[in-house]
Amino acid sequence: MVKVFIEKENKFVNVEASNAKEILTKLNINPETVLLARNNELILLETSLKNNDELKLLSVISGG
Amino acid sequence: MPCKNCLEKPVINLTNNNIKLCRQHFARYFERKVLKTIKDYKLIERNDKVGVAVSGGKDSLSLLSIIKQLKDKIKIFELEAIAIDEGIKGYRDKTLERAKKFCKDNDIKLHIFSYKEEFGNTLDNFLKKSDMKACSMCGPFRRYLLNKKAKELGFTKLATGHNLDDETQTIMMNYFRRNIETSARLGPITGISKDKRFIKRIKPLYLVTEKEVATYAFIKGLIDDFNECPHSSDSYRGDVRDLLNDFEARYPGTKHSIMTSFLEILPLLKESYKKSIPINECKSCGEPCSQEICQTCKIVEILKNKG
Repeated sequence: MVKVFIEKENKFVNVEASNAKEILTKLNINPETVLLARNNELILLETSLKNNDELKLLSVISGG
Repeated sequence: MPCKNCLEKPVINLTNNNIKLCRQHFARYFERKVLKTIKDYKLIERNDKVGVAVSGGKDSLSLLSIIKQLKDKIKIFELEAIAIDEGIKGYRDKTLERAKKFCKDNDIKLHIFSYKEEFGNTLDNFLKKSDMKACSMCGPFRRYLLNKKAKELGFTKLATGHNLDDETQTIMMNYFRRNIETSARLGPITGISKDKRFIKRIKPLYLVTEKEVATYAFIKGLIDDFNECPHSSDSYRGDVRDLLNDFEARYPGTKHSIMTSFLEILPLLKESYKKSIPINECKSCGEPCSQEICQTCKIVEILKNKG
């Protein structure tokens, strides 16, 4: 289970997934709209994730 | 799979050419791309006094950072920054603090003008007594102040942080709404060169995507959060943005294709529409506008009548 922090909504969710792409698909988030940070380092969609990893989704849309 | 140029872990996959780059090589790619845009479109020239419109967000701080590096290297132009404080509690106050710190740390003169001082109240308070959408009020106010104050400060160019996503959204919105004449005024450099009432606007981030800008701002430590404006409610732009992002995810390179196609036809559009937009002076404030009274003065009048 990966612990995911969605910055835009300021909330944590737990998601069962083996990589970041699966997480975005399950959360219905377009990969164009977020940066993916693990341990304060950016990762790619295909990066493998382990159980208990923490992933931060940073919204890239500023809108103003 | 590692970075295209070394064995380091990649931080981004560039969707238009499917290239993976690490922190260091992405930062170099990004800076070169922005500097190439400045050079190719002659956005900054010798003896220019460039004012960078800075909000403290990812776009404007990335832009200011790169133009500062360029200034330190070639030393042929002046650089200052200008910020507009709309009065958005919990949002703009935070981003402006970031802008102030960046400018102080990098020895850049920053000029701040507020809606409260210039128009009599904050955006938050104006919205409480008006049915107008926030962006419909804020957009004209901000453009008005930037143009007016940039002239007063003697800037020869006003640099804004518009990126490829912003521009492709505007291009498509203009198509969908049959506003092609408005598209004729777009491009990496805008403004009418011989009309001193308008400050020339330059957009050095024109060819980099929003995700690339965010990646650059993150790896350079320019911002620590990516929160968006609480009043951001332009649903039409939001819908076009979602549509383009959906297409980009399914057909990588879509946004770049829109931009490249647009840049091919832009000279023709400018030629077609160059005489069709008469520019008057607002009878109330004297600023340039296409009608008798400018949009900003009209909004101010409506707000006055609402007490």
